[in-house]
Amino acid sequence: MINFGYTVWIVLIPLFLFILIGFFGHKFKPIVSGIIGTSGLFASMAISYFTAYQYFFVLPKVGETFVKVIGFETTWLRFTEKLVIHLGVLLDPISVMMLIVITTVSFMVHLYSIGYMEGEKGYMRFFSFLSLFSFSMLGLVVATNIFQMYIFWELVGVSSYLLIGFYYTKDTAVAASKKAFIVTRFADLGFLIGILLLSFNTGTFDFITLTDPKGAAIAQGSGIMFLGLSTMTWSMIFIFMGGAGKSAMFPLHIWLPDAMEGPTPVSALIHAATMVVAGVYLVARLFPIFHFSAPVALDVVMYVGAFSSIFAAVIACTQFDIKRVLAYSTMSQIGMMMFALGVSGYGEEAGLGFMASMFHLFTHAFFKALLFLGAGAIIHAVHSNYMNEMGGLRKHLPITHITFLIACLAIAGIPPLAGFFSKDEILAASHQKAMWIFILGLIISGLTAFYMFRLYFSIFWGKDQHYHHTPHEAPKVMTIPLMLLSLGAIFAGLLPFSSFVTSDGKPFASHIDMAIAIPAVLVGVIGALTAMVFYRKETNIPEKISGFLGGFYRAAFRKFYIDEIYLFITRKIIFNYVSRPIAWFDRHIVDGSMNGISYVTNEVSGRIKGLQSGQLQTYAWVFVTGAVALALTFIYLWTN
Amino acid sequence: MTNNQIMFFIFSAVIVIFSILTVTSRRILRAATFLLFVLVSTAGLYFMLRFNFLAAIQLTLYAGGIVVLIIFSILLTSQVGAKLELPGLSKKIYALIAAAAGAALCIWTILQYNFPRTSIESGRTSIDDIGKALTSTGKYGYALPFEVISILLLAAMIGSIVIAKKRKD
Amino acid sequence: MFEGVPLNWFLITATLMFFIGIYGFLVRKNLITMLMSLELILNSVNINFVAFNKLLYPQHLEGMFFTVFIIAVAAAEASVAIAIIINIYRRLVNIDVENMNEMKN
Repeated sequence: MINFGYTVWIVLIPLFLFILIGFFGHKFKPIVSGIIGTSGLFASMAISYFTAYQYFFVLPKVGETFVKVIGFETTWLRFTEKLVIHLGVLLDPISVMMLIVITTVSFMVHLYSIGYMEGEKGYMRFFSFLSLFSFSMLGLVVATNIFQMYIFWELVGVSSYLLIGFYYTKDTAVAASKKAFIVTRFADLGFLIGILLLSFNTGTFDFITLTDPKGAAIAQGSGIMFLGLSTMTWSMIFIFMGGAGKSAMFPLHIWLPDAMEGPTPVSALIHAATMVVAGVYLVARLFPIFHFSAPVALDVVMYVGAFSSIFAAVIACTQFDIKRVLAYSTMSQIGMMMFALGVSGYGEEAGLGFMASMFHLFTHAFFKALLFLGAGAIIHAVHSNYMNEMGGLRKHLPITHITFLIACLAIAGIPPLAGFFSKDEILAASHQKAMWIFILGLIISGLTAFYMFRLYFSIFWGKDQHYHHTPHEAPKVMTIPLMLLSLGAIFAGLLPFSSFVTSDGKPFASHIDMAIAIPAVLVGVIGALTAMVFYRKETNIPEKISGFLGGFYRAAFRKFYIDEIYLFITRKIIFNYVSRPIAWFDRHIVDGSMNGISYVTNEVSGRIKGLQSGQLQTYAWVFVTGAVALALTFIYLWTN
Repeated sequence: MTNNQIMFFIFSAVIVIFSILTVTSRRILRAATFLLFVLVSTAGLYFMLRFNFLAAIQLTLYAGGIVVLIIFSILLTSQVGAKLELPGLSKKIYALIAAAAGAALCIWTILQYNFPRTSIESGRTSIDDIGKALTSTGKYGYALPFEVISILLLAAMIGSIVIAKKRKD
Repeated sequence: MFEGVPLNWFLITATLMFFIGIYGFLVRKNLITMLMSLELILNSVNINFVAFNKLLYPQHLEGMFFTVFIIAVAAAEASVAIAIIINIYRRLVNIDVENMNEMKN
């Protein structure tokens, strides 16, 4: 047996970096904190790769199955004999895969940020928060129990809040960070309820016990029924609510587009590649429970994922802020991962959806981080977020142009880039489940290709704009991560993913089904070509089409008024019909009683203040007569 | 009438009369002088009771120290010739009622109570015994109150200096 | 043993002195005369102590020692009181007790 104790350093190095940069960062020059953070993350990444190598290739498999290994564990809190909370490192195929994704993207983002954040105020604050985020995210994925996961889940939320609000002097950034925090916190309430229900039902927090298909937790089954569903189902639905909040699933997605107020590397790391897929990871982590004990909850995951995916894809086609387009694209892709999990079964071939979802998570991390970092380079050069203020940038930003094109091709699912393989697996899995969801997947693929190439052509082709100063290519420290990530976007799909990550740990061989691959590629190409016709040269076709679609276009452009609906619910309904009576009660009953007491006190003291004249001799007279009267009373009058 | 009785009547008459004069005189310096007579007569009572040491303390500390202190402060704060204004009639009556009631109650109680008579002969208390008792820590020793009083005096001295000295502001 | 004068007589004298002091304390306006009344009160208590000591427990010295201590306390009190009176005089230019009805000035 290999000792995996060293894996704890993957998590702890970023924590030390956070403490070092956060508390002592002001002692160095700003650039030093960037270099320290980056090299620390490089160390963490190297250990992760080594761990992956050992886990997948050196560790002996038990009956063709990758086993779950506890690399490190310590007891954190011991309330009673049964209620014990551990902190530790759990290694299994998905957590090892996530370690690689997180450390790689985080390292790239650190490296990129050295250049991107140069000259910004709060440079070292930025790096300390990045390290805090990396620590929390790594702690989340290696959690050995659901309670540890919850702790790091909240830490991730906090660091996301801090990083969205990084430009804290900007009102929109502050509002966005608050929005993100409140919405995810609301979702986490559901998560907590789910955790409590689940652990109360099963009597354990531990993932290995919980997700063992032959274990007691699953065999124990449904338990008590409530509103026609078992408590198990309810607990899984509540847990999924937490996951939906973090992963920006409809209707809790409203924070993600606003979160783009943060610095672009943050969007790349947190709001594209790592934190937002935490919800997917959560569902994958608890997948056996979903599948065996709560199939209804799994259906919920599928419907929510599918709806969010198509919903976000439609909105993405109408937005002009490039980061918002990418944000909706992220939401759409995560929706695909979710419904891939939702359609999946358990076991080798039946678990194709699970494997496809994880595969897409893996490849998506590379090309979406690449897209965001590329968008960052473009914004860095042009000082604008709006694609209608851009155009013809291919001449000015050659490296960004090529890498951005690679990422667009990858996300559009053009072979042989990474996105093609993972998306193909998702489509295959949904084809096994039902025809309608397969067609929905195809439509989403087409829309994805369309909006990505709309973005691409608007930025790099289209009409030539006059810029205030000629845009120039980003420095090497920013372009190198772009090139490295584009290598990932090209080759990540070639990995035989199904021989590593599967629903039950047993590898199987997956293959490309031509009957599915050909329509998928065709749809992608059609989407891309349509975008080319619309946006490569300056035309008036987009205006015509948007005019033709009329109300639907305007609704999509205004993001289907979800924000307005939330505002309506909170301002008009909750404020008027819940908060106002409470405020009335507070003002008139609670405050009223207090005011009454003070009024009475005031009146009484006004009446009796004459007694306290400040005249010493009056006091002395009262004292003497009082003493005499008491003596008289107790010596002569009150004798029994 | 024994000698003791004659002495006692003289001293107590002086005490009561001059006490009344002390609290009624309208010239403040005279009031201080009457107070001095009261204190000296009290010392006389102590002599009569053969507390020679105590009588000496009474004379030096009270009559010599405190009265002089009071006279100094009178000279600092009042014009010597000025008469004090009379207190209001109602105030006088109320105070008289309180004082008379208290005195009547106490005297009534004293007369009601039959104190036991002792037959132990005490003799003269020597300074030697007083000094020993004041520094002894055993039974009938007063070292602790003595220390407390000396700290109190020190504190009072520092306090009065701090309070009375001119502030720079 | 002290012949001739019963304890009651001492106590009555002291009582009269005490309540004369009380009367003075209640009617006098000038702070220094109030202080003198206070000295009368303390002195009457001293007479009580001494008389009790001599006529009830002549073998002990408690009454005498407490008289000594009270004299010391009276001296301390007089010095502090006069310091305060002088301070008040500096601020208010008179030492009339009826003018002092506020804690801070």
